[in-house]
Amino acid sequence: MKNIIFLIGLLMVFQTVRPQQKIYETAILEGNQILKEIIIIGKKRKGVDNKKHTKPLSSLGQFLEESSKINMIKRGNYAWEPAINNMLSDRISVTIDGMQIFGACTDKMDPVTSYVAISNLENVVISSGQHGSENGQTIGGAIDLKLDKSGFTKYDSKLITGFDLGYENNSNTKIIGIETNYSNQKFFLNTDFIKRSADNYFDGNNQEVLFSQYNKYNFSAISGYKISSKEKIEATLIYDEATNVGYPALPMDVSLAKALIGSVNYEYSNAETFINTLETKIYANSITHVMDDTKRPNVPIHMDMPGWSNTYGFYIKSKAKKNQHALLMNFNGYYNTSLAEMTMYPKNTSERLMFMLTWPDVITIYSGLYLEDKIKINATTSAQLSARFGFQHNRIASDFGLGSLQIFYPHLTASKNRFLPSVSTQITHKKKSFTYTVSLGYGERAPSVSEGYGNFLYNSFDNFDYIGNPYLKNEKSFEFNTKVSFKKKAFNISFENSFFYLSDYIIGEINTHYSPMVIGADGVKVYRSLDNVLQFNSALNTSYKINTHFTTNASIGYNYGKEIHGEYLPLIAPFSYKVNLLYKKNVFTSKIEIVGAGTQVNYSKSYGEDKTKKYTIFNFNTGYTFYINNDVLTVKTGVENIFNNYYSTYSDWKNIPRMGRNIFVNLSYILK
Amino acid sequence: MKTLKYILPLLIAVFISSCTNNDDVLILDETTELNFIKTFSNAEHTVDVFSTKKTLEQGYNDLYIRIEEKSTSTYIKNASLTWKPVMHMTNKVHSSPRSTITKTEGKETLYNGYIVFQMAENALEKWDLTIDYTIDNVNYTVKEFISVPAAVKKNVTVFTGANDIKYVLALIDPKEPTVGLNDFKIGLYKMESMMSFPVVENFMIKHDPRMPSMGNHSSPNNTDLTFNTASKIYEGELSLTMTGYWKLNLMLYNNLNQLVKGEEVTESNEASSLFLEIEF
Repeated sequence: MKNIIFLIGLLMVFQTVRPQQKIYETAILEGNQILKEIIIIGKKRKGVDNKKHTKPLSSLGQFLEESSKINMIKRGNYAWEPAINNMLSDRISVTIDGMQIFGACTDKMDPVTSYVAISNLENVVISSGQHGSENGQTIGGAIDLKLDKSGFTKYDSKLITGFDLGYENNSNTKIIGIETNYSNQKFFLNTDFIKRSADNYFDGNNQEVLFSQYNKYNFSAISGYKISSKEKIEATLIYDEATNVGYPALPMDVSLAKALIGSVNYEYSNAETFINTLETKIYANSITHVMDDTKRPNVPIHMDMPGWSNTYGFYIKSKAKKNQHALLMNFNGYYNTSLAEMTMYPKNTSERLMFMLTWPDVITIYSGLYLEDKIKINATTSAQLSARFGFQHNRIASDFGLGSLQIFYPHLTASKNRFLPSVSTQITHKKKSFTYTVSLGYGERAPSVSEGYGNFLYNSFDNFDYIGNPYLKNEKSFEFNTKVSFKKKAFNISFENSFFYLSDYIIGEINTHYSPMVIGADGVKVYRSLDNVLQFNSALNTSYKINTHFTTNASIGYNYGKEIHGEYLPLIAPFSYKVNLLYKKNVFTSKIEIVGAGTQVNYSKSYGEDKTKKYTIFNFNTGYTFYINNDVLTVKTGVENIFNNYYSTYSDWKNIPRMGRNIFVNLSYILK
Repeated sequence: MKTLKYILPLLIAVFISSCTNNDDVLILDETTELNFIKTFSNAEHTVDVFSTKKTLEQGYNDLYIRIEEKSTSTYIKNASLTWKPVMHMTNKVHSSPRSTITKTEGKETLYNGYIVFQMAENALEKWDLTIDYTIDNVNYTVKEFISVPAAVKKNVTVFTGANDIKYVLALIDPKEPTVGLNDFKIGLYKMESMMSFPVVENFMIKHDPRMPSMGNHSSPNNTDLTFNTASKIYEGELSLTMTGYWKLNLMLYNNLNQLVKGEEVTESNEASSLFLEIEF
């Protein structure tokens, strides 16, 4: 079946007369907005700058990893979990075009970013700390995945199809993407399909990393209709399905992870009125996640662990402009249900099945108001003020689930309400070649479903079962950020620092009175709050344009996280660096890159970490664009980890080794 | 509107049925929540035995009795009753632990008590039950063989303590275990003679529920059982983290806090010799 699809793809590529101009592109735009970064992924039929792109058919995870603000936690070759400022899923807000969506896996095997594909996206907006609170409460920051839409045409109608093919040798990864886009003055319909499949990869010692395979496809359709010159409506549908996904760092794999994501929105825009734009969207998404241990040898007990997460939401967003003020208002809300089960099959088949709820059908109702004002004080100084006030209601809908938690909390009631404020302020000042930015923020977040209501959630990292704590206080964060950048002719340097002082920091603590449920686990941890936690991130970025052909970039980063009177926090990046040299001449581009990290000195032993060794790897890639009559054929190829180094980073779950040498080829067909 | 179209006739039906019910003078039946087990009979009365369970079963049984006067077809409301179950074994006969019989609180026609059948019947060995009762100073008796099949899981245990005394220990609650915290009730009786099984008072029962199939997983926040002087049974709390088979390991201590029976569950000792079982 796989081969057939691949063949059809190939045939279509070579037979299509009018493939679409399309290149996936990565570039980092950093403007005045400190603490915000945009990764451009793809732009349908728009002129794309192809200077910096490396691997157009990377997975979304690889694209995100390019960002200096993001680190990816890896449990295998699929569904990497993004961290901003060294803070993971529970502490960051991840949205798709402003839509809230929550993974259905109790073990974080399905971060939101695993349910979209690069073919769906135009760009990714990454915001640090409280600057990311536009779409929801956050501590560490936000990732908003912006969907790719072609929009309406100015004159004629257009029907365009496009194809991409990719291959990576290390894991025998095959990628095929197909899309068709129709648009006219009043209507557009974009559809795309992308499929990726990979076998096990091999590490730097040429050892096969078992259970690292995956298989995924994604389909999306986005359509728009122009009601009048000022009004339009749009509808979006994404279906994403991953099967046979291996997680070498975990004791279980995933047989199915699927998402159905849909939305309808209405937009009014009028540049002449006080309110420039008014957008309102309603959306729904449904996620099913099924873990699977049937392929693993020597499983102590076979378990079925399905999970479901359904979210329904809306937002009303409007932008206004008056004098020196640019205002943004976003009122949003959602309703989510999270349910996860565990059924265990005893070896003695005459015994009854053992059943429990690991997420007790938790209902979350959230609504909040975000206000933002960007003020231009004078020609050299600007300020930004923003605030979000949220109200969250949680309820355990299942009596069975409530009963399970009442074992630990006998007086627990089903409902809990929380008020969640967030404020931030920022000032930017320019003086000659220097730009100075300072920002202050305060934010709170509610515990996640696992932290509040999880029931014996096994964490393979520290080998403990985790129990939620419904009485947790809101986690609070004070943040202070500074950035100084200097730009003169071909030289660019910036130095950025972020401090986070967190109180009521949510983390698991060993409770020796409880006996673990998972066979072989070391014990049980219960979520509780740490009083004082300090996190600090520092980054130095430079770039220098040597001449018309050569550019070099270098960046180093330092991160720190510790309970003030206690231990280091887990999953904090050690000192890291990245240096590259880019060459561009006409249609030929090439890049050599050195990526590495120092020894992880400050690690957290009690959360299962050890001192991860330092590493350095080298990557090389090159691209060439052929013009053949009207056709444009772009070929990108490269080698990752050229010297086939064996390495593992602090963010690799249970120290699973990274991929060894990998050669890739990506093809794109463009017609002008 | 459409839904209303269907609801209206339903409502009407409900009204009609409730009206007809109200109009009739009903024969008072207080056993609708109970399961009929067996009719005992003599010349004057039929004596019906009901249970909270579907049938009699090895272990603890909550039983209800109703006496109907044959001549008048009315239920007797002022009887005083005693009972005696007897096991006819191939080599001996013995009775079992049982409560007294009292008038059921809030009911007019029912009397209740419990019997702990410490063993099940088999092809050669059967239980019978004698019910003696007095109405207006006249004594009556009924007696029948009853069927007491074995329980699926161990819900009663007979053992000899360190003091060489023989005890019967029976699971009373939870009857329908749930995932969560359950009321845990145990009856403890001393085998004074073949026919006498008085309640043992003021002992203490420690417990440690385990799932052998889950690597002997235990559950948290259990409360040990102490003697309740009012109900004459041992009461504590049992937490069950999931459905399935649970082995309830017990350690019995006397009123001097000396261990009478049972061992602590440890890495090297998977189970106590004194235990009950639950599966749900």
